[in-house]
Amino acid sequence: MIPPRFDHVAPTTLEEALAVLGQHGDDAKVLSGGQSLIPLLKLRLAAPAVLVDINRIPGLDRLEEADGVLRIGALVRESALESADLVRRRYPILMDTAHVIADPLVRNMATVCGNLAHGDPANDHPATMLALEAEVVARSAAGERVIPVTQFFTGVFATALRPDEILTEIRVPAPAPRSGGAYLKLERKVGDFATAAVAAQVTLAEDGTVVRAGVGLTNVGPTPIKALQTEAFLAGKPLDDATTREAGRLAAEEARPTADRRGSVEYKRDLVRVFTMRALRRARDRAEGRAATAPAERAYATAGGR
Amino acid sequence: MANHEIRVTVNGIERAAHVESRTLLVHLIRETFRLTGTHIGCDTTHCGACTVLLDGRPVKSCTVLAVQADGKEVMTVEGLERDGKLHPVQEGFHEEHGLQCGYCTPGMMMTAVALLERNPNPTEEEIRHAISGNLCRCTGYVNIVKAIQYAAAKRSEETAVPSGGTA
Repeated sequence: MIPPRFDHVAPTTLEEALAVLGQHGDDAKVLSGGQSLIPLLKLRLAAPAVLVDINRIPGLDRLEEADGVLRIGALVRESALESADLVRRRYPILMDTAHVIADPLVRNMATVCGNLAHGDPANDHPATMLALEAEVVARSAAGERVIPVTQFFTGVFATALRPDEILTEIRVPAPAPRSGGAYLKLERKVGDFATAAVAAQVTLAEDGTVVRAGVGLTNVGPTPIKALQTEAFLAGKPLDDATTREAGRLAAEEARPTADRRGSVEYKRDLVRVFTMRALRRARDRAEGRAATAPAERAYATAGGR
Repeated sequence: MANHEIRVTVNGIERAAHVESRTLLVHLIRETFRLTGTHIGCDTTHCGACTVLLDGRPVKSCTVLAVQADGKEVMTVEGLERDGKLHPVQEGFHEEHGLQCGYCTPGMMMTAVALLERNPNPTEEEIRHAISGNLCRCTGYVNIVKAIQYAAAKRSEETAVPSGGTA
């Protein structure tokens, strides 16, 4: 399959890229990893007049934690996130997430910021970033906006980004002491989108009760879902079996799945229920330093158990 | 610009090419450079038959634009053999019968080469994880894993420093 004709420009400064984007607006698309965009071009589901290739702009591949914020630049590849020692130690939920996106070859090109900017409710980082309450930085020639991820996903394949903006950075608040998170995904085979997936991030008090919980759901609605009622329920509670069971029930209610070849509505809701329980337990164990920070195993097991 | 003059170092040799913006890297490799060892399988970023190394990292060349390779190094399966001697990964696939129809083999081998560069002694699990983006519909992967294990052993044998008697 050959993409339709387009012009390709590869500026070497962000200013230049923003100028081109400002000039072409909706007719231009930003090319970072290309692992979603190039397939769309080949299938001719997208036909931009201009591709603004940002891969030759230095400095956009920064991945660093400073002043209580993890900054993930626009050119940080999934493979870089997955293998970063900083991420392994401090943000295991991000390692879990990167580890189950597409396959290792795709992850060598695909970017974390692109996974958000694409606006696909089946993508994995959105739920995680909702659980982490991250922000994104949107740059245009006119300046910079900081958008909370909670306000970023506006519809199916639609985001708060304007056509003249580039998502230059994701900002994740550094975890407080006694924090942990996990991302669990069921996929039919390696590389598939999630049948359903759950991101959970918790901060615990000394007595083990929840100070703050973030729960995000993947591919069970027209946009990624932040499970607000589940989060509110968890606050102040100990993460025991009764709590995680009720949280699973609430998250399943907050999911808005549709039936497709990956499963029925009932099946997907039940996956959300079980994965919410499991993700919360793993998040708790990591917050308490009891679980290894190796990536969560791919969830091939059936969702029948508890 | 819809057309570009690019320079790509392919298997160690710098080559110039004229490409359209929309030309995919796999077509540049196969049709312009006539290196047909790199296969087109699914053409939809699933199967990994088109895997090549771009600046040392395995990528699916059906999902990279040729113009993105401008100024970079590409290694294809044709670049593995040196002076008539098979690369340890090629030898492994031969010795362990790591293929049946052979269609996935060039991509599979490029992924294996990159894995062993990064991790010279991978566990079986690490091997299976590394090749999880390369589909084989014949073998059931058992002999492919054995082939990569063979290559890992061969490589460490080749790079081992002869013992000089010191501990």
